[in-house]
Amino acid sequence: MSTTFWIIIAGAVATYLTRIGGHLVISRFDNIHPRVEAGLNAVPAAVLTTLVAPELLNAGPAEWAALVVTAVVSLRGGLMAMFLAGAAVLIVARQFVG
Amino acid sequence: MATDVISESGGKSDFWQGVRLSMPVVVASAPFAVLFGALAVDNGFSVLEAFLMSALVYGGASQMVGIQLFGQHVAPWLIVLSIFAVNFRHVLYSAGIGRRIAHWPVIQQALGYFILTDPQFAVAEARAASGQTVGFAWYLGLGLPVYLFWVIESALGAVFGKLIPDTHVLGIDFLLPIYFLGLVMGFRKRPLWLPVVIASACASIIAYKTVGSPWHVSIGAIAGVLLAVILPPHHSGVETRP
Repeated sequence: MSTTFWIIIAGAVATYLTRIGGHLVISRFDNIHPRVEAGLNAVPAAVLTTLVAPELLNAGPAEWAALVVTAVVSLRGGLMAMFLAGAAVLIVARQFVG
Repeated sequence: MATDVISESGGKSDFWQGVRLSMPVVVASAPFAVLFGALAVDNGFSVLEAFLMSALVYGGASQMVGIQLFGQHVAPWLIVLSIFAVNFRHVLYSAGIGRRIAHWPVIQQALGYFILTDPQFAVAEARAASGQTVGFAWYLGLGLPVYLFWVIESALGAVFGKLIPDTHVLGIDFLLPIYFLGLVMGFRKRPLWLPVVIASACASIIAYKTVGSPWHVSIGAIAGVLLAVILPPHHSGVETRP
């Protein structure tokens, strides 16, 4: 077996450990402390924000417009509506500002 | 008998409801799957290896980082460590979603954790937050199309990589941030949402500038979660729940 193959296997095992690890640790406790629960409830907003925020540093007017429209549409519409609206604004805006 | 029929059709419609929610994810991740395949071959992977990596690792950003380092002939253990670092945020997802799927049989849980990606976690967590059960059929309906398209498109990208058009004009390099922003907005009714978002945004930007990628993700996430832990419980609304 090639080195590449073993890198892929080891990478897959490492990734699966991250996906099951948090559960294995948390499930060892019978009661979840309110503060821990508050922390867990914050996970989605906390992690997903880190996937967006640094992009703002490299973003131009087209990207900003797309994100603003996405945020506004998400106040009313569903996930698909806001995604399509944001993508449409991005594509149109980039035709003008590159 | 009657209840059997009801629960079975319920499982089916649950599955298709999940499939419907998976469509934006399939659309947003498609360019990245193709791009991954193309870059993988460019960096010395065979088509089979690109396919295998997508099928077994199934984590877009970590795969990109992996092949990048591979192309630069970095030591194998360092490549694996980098994949682990990029994917480390899943530890938090795993701890969070465990509360929602603990009622599944162990095999289903094991499979569920395998497909626990960013959107999978966010959409499942949003369903749980709205008071609905996160069932296996629904969860699979949400995750399976994304997985299948990801693996197939990676292989196609590896075979036809040179044919990719200008990704910038089509805007596909920025589709994921748009999608993730929509997911962030979806959690805005949660207690402490704004402080957590601000803390994570600031910390991740500072970490991005200083420590560098991919650590900004884990550092930013931990900042937001720590804030929620440190603030007095009456702010976080935990003890008011039944």
